[in-house]
Amino acid sequence: MKIAIPVDNASMDTTICISFGRTPYFLIYDTESKDAKFISNSAAASQGGAGIKAAQTIIDHQAEALLTPRCGENAAEVFHAANIRIYQTNGNLLKHNLQAFEKGELSLLNEIHPGLHNHGGK
Amino acid sequence: MKIAVLSGKGGTGKTLVSVNLASVARQSVYIDCDVEEPNGHLFFKPKDIKTDNVSVLIPSVDEKACKGCRKCVDFCKFNALAYIKSRLYVFDEICHSCGGCILLCPQNALSETPRKIGEVKKGISDQVTVITGVLNPGEASGVPIIKSLLSSCDADSPDIFIDCPPGSACIVMESIKDADYCVLVAEPTIFGVHNLAMVYELVRLFKKPYGAILNKCFEGFNPAEQFCLDNKISILGKIPFSNELGSANSDAKIVSKEINAYHELFSGLLTAIRQEVQHEATTNT
Repeated sequence: MKIAIPVDNASMDTTICISFGRTPYFLIYDTESKDAKFISNSAAASQGGAGIKAAQTIIDHQAEALLTPRCGENAAEVFHAANIRIYQTNGNLLKHNLQAFEKGELSLLNEIHPGLHNHGGK
Repeated sequence: MKIAVLSGKGGTGKTLVSVNLASVARQSVYIDCDVEEPNGHLFFKPKDIKTDNVSVLIPSVDEKACKGCRKCVDFCKFNALAYIKSRLYVFDEICHSCGGCILLCPQNALSETPRKIGEVKKGISDQVTVITGVLNPGEASGVPIIKSLLSSCDADSPDIFIDCPPGSACIVMESIKDADYCVLVAEPTIFGVHNLAMVYELVRLFKKPYGAILNKCFEGFNPAEQFCLDNKISILGKIPFSNELGSANSDAKIVSKEINAYHELFSGLLTAIRQEVQHEATTNT
């Protein structure tokens, strides 16, 4: 299964990025082959709609799940349309979260925030 | 003449000044461009209100015609489009209505659909035509409402007073764009000076003639007055701080109609503005 994770650096020792849409990199990780690929996030510098564009990138890389600390409503709508499940990360280390996901210890993200564009809410 | 009344923050007296100037001018038009929270109508209580909807055009997809080339998705700088599982999604609230995706689509699968974002209300209060813009909550920009407001009065209208939104962002730029003269309303505080400096920078950038009205004036040192003197900003007049004025205004009374002293004060301000506008017209021809 291919999963996507927003990360601060292109290295397996890195930390999870607190922003989904504006993370500098995504790790695309194959839980079966252990194949790890870091891609830079072209949505990071967007004027707006970064979450939508970042979600599109992840879908285009055929990921089937996303591990993230948080996710905005527009991106969540895109993932929903693509049938991609969103899991909430636990702690900030990438390695720990990969292990936790493979053991089935991460739960689905149930809080989708309304976007920070209008000064923190609508 | 078109007079725009602006200030760097809310609560300095833009509405007080523009409502009372429009009232003493008699045959006039008052336009409330503070579309996020218009309140000039509370003073005028206009009658015979006609309401027009204001819409923006957003793309809608003909799913049979779309072949998934994603030219629109790649083009949109606001990322308002996404292509997921052979289907194009449009995020209405992200769209800035540029129309680029519609022009680009090789299949002509996108067309323009109006989406209502607010209203323009036009009514009459004695001899003043009162035009109010209302932006629906949650909308990204009031600029389309302002455009509609300013195009809704005839070119041969009498004196037009434009009550601007606070600040100096694009919504204010749109409001002052066609003004003949800008009135900057300032409070006598350090904070007031900071806000005055913002709109002062804006009107110079737009090369508009301008003057200041100092509101809520106390005895003693006025930092906003000092700013005007330092920058050679013409002071059109001063409105003294007054509990009587404050309470009449908060009861939504037009003070120049109720209290003789304020009728004189605002008539004097109107005369000063007229002289400035005439002076500008003569020096520029």
